[in-house]
Amino acid sequence: MSEQPVLEVSNLVKHFQSGSRLGGGRTVVRAVDGVDLTIGRGEILGLVGESGSGKSTVGSCIARLTQPSSGTIRLLGRDISTLSRREMRPLRSEVHVVFQDPYSSLNPRMTVGQIVTEPLRQHRRGTRAERNRIVSDMLERTGLSLELVGRFPHELSGGQRQRVALARALVLGPSLVIADEPVSALDVSVQASILNVILDLQIDLGFSCLFITHDLSVVEFISDRIAVMYLGKIVETATRAELFRDPQHPYTQALLSAAPTADPSSARGRERIILSGDLPSPTEEISGCPFHARCPVAIDRCTNEVPLLLGVTGPDHQSACHLVTAENGAPLINQGDKNLVHNAS
Amino acid sequence: MSQKMITAKPKAASSTPRPRWQRVARRFARRPMAVTGLILVVGFVLFAILGPILLTDPNQQDFTAILQTPSFAHLLGTDDLGRDVFARIANGARVSLMAGVMSTALALIIGITIGLITGFYRGWVDVVVMRIVDVMLAFPFLIFAVGLAAILGASLTNVIIALAVSQVPEVIRIARGEAMAIREQEFVSGAVADGARDGTIMFRYIAPNAMSAFIVQATVAIPAAIIGESTLSFLGLGVQPPMSSWGIMLTSAQQYLAQAPYLALFPGIAIALTALGFNLLGDGLRDVLDPKETR
Repeated sequence: MSEQPVLEVSNLVKHFQSGSRLGGGRTVVRAVDGVDLTIGRGEILGLVGESGSGKSTVGSCIARLTQPSSGTIRLLGRDISTLSRREMRPLRSEVHVVFQDPYSSLNPRMTVGQIVTEPLRQHRRGTRAERNRIVSDMLERTGLSLELVGRFPHELSGGQRQRVALARALVLGPSLVIADEPVSALDVSVQASILNVILDLQIDLGFSCLFITHDLSVVEFISDRIAVMYLGKIVETATRAELFRDPQHPYTQALLSAAPTADPSSARGRERIILSGDLPSPTEEISGCPFHARCPVAIDRCTNEVPLLLGVTGPDHQSACHLVTAENGAPLINQGDKNLVHNAS
Repeated sequence: MSQKMITAKPKAASSTPRPRWQRVARRFARRPMAVTGLILVVGFVLFAILGPILLTDPNQQDFTAILQTPSFAHLLGTDDLGRDVFARIANGARVSLMAGVMSTALALIIGITIGLITGFYRGWVDVVVMRIVDVMLAFPFLIFAVGLAAILGASLTNVIIALAVSQVPEVIRIARGEAMAIREQEFVSGAVADGARDGTIMFRYIAPNAMSAFIVQATVAIPAAIIGESTLSFLGLGVQPPMSSWGIMLTSAQQYLAQAPYLALFPGIAIALTALGFNLLGDGLRDVLDPKETR
């Protein structure tokens, strides 16, 4: 892949200040703490992590809905991390967002037609007739009937609304779409149809996508490559097949083992690793590996030294763990000595 | 309730939807209360325009017929100077309605603009504006209006300005609250992601979603401003004789409450009906303009 990536994020940091300015008890929430990401042209990168891991903040920083604290975000080679809102405006046609909740992401006072036309209006694209044509085309592509043009969002189902949100995100032909949990608010049956629409449109239109989700079956279905996030950092990134075949970071292993399987016979033979403890509060500064407190195989080095995201076993499979070695590969966390529950039911 | 079932039309029956205003008008016509409100308001406006032209001169005094009870010669009786009360109510309607509607409209335009800006940007602008608003709100509405009118001098225009300015702080507060709540919704982030300008976001995304709050405020404020005008006029800070308003009539009727209670009754009824009309009209508009309301 020699061509320029659509998105290159390096060392992205977003710290939120909380607490009063006058009172002494001011705390810093490290929502995103040094994230590196690259998304190639036409690639779908799945960003997984549990709630509070900072994945949505990464998305909103990249869309410049949130001002990052530091780091660079290169969109099509141009650093957008410090652009003002005015400077950012023309570039907004290159990146768009699909939000999680289709009930609050559409303006309740606008009709479907108006909602999808809005981006074209803001960027002064085309005449009225051309806009109508583009909008009709986009609605059709997302599988919406043209009869819905005059309807208001509250008259639509959740799945239809999310299609409208998708049509709106794609109407300017962006290079990058940030999908922030676009299917988590939907029924499972509707999820599948929306995911298929995204995949079909991706093939037709060729956009790149940062797909943020906590649902492993969704990332497995949609992503080309997967990045796993834990406590504001990316702990592992690999192609989809590679990650599911050989999860290296202990956190990824635990995450994958926890995913429910539809096939009970394969589930029976599987060991389920249950982590002790909760996600630590992102307000405390943690020395060493962010995962060491919950990691069953942690060694002393893990509490002192921050592991870097390195491609130990190959350049395409990077993980941030001291225990991953080129000779032995990943540590097996079910052999750790911390209080683990082995569930071989 | 059974009526609802009958009037409910089959959904998506026509493939070509009517223009929005037609649908809104049809929904409006289906609400008897809203229609009543509209009739009242339009009725009073027509009354204010046509009354003084068609009726007898409201300032014509007839000392042979003072403090008369209602009769065919004088539909609503005569006052202490023998002037026809009906003609005077028609004449006063001009001043009262003008003062009520114009001052409220002015207050909404100024208040919504400032409120949306402070609620949207927050920061130091918000802090400064809201402290000023707090100071203004510390004075009761009328005291503030009286003070302003006293500074500006007595005339209808100044009454309107004084009433408008005294209403502005309340409108700012409401608009700011709405802006703060609505800007947190995802469709506003979506507009930012579109590359929408701040003005577009405020007036195309936030303001329409705050419309019901503004309409409610207007329907409360118009009757209050009509009464406010009467108080200012009573204090000699409003319109000057021989111009009249319902408020002036009401206050001058005070002295004759024992002999001629209808002198206070009729302007009072006029104020009450106007207030009712604006309230019903406002409620109807709020419901009909809300796209979620399908009836």
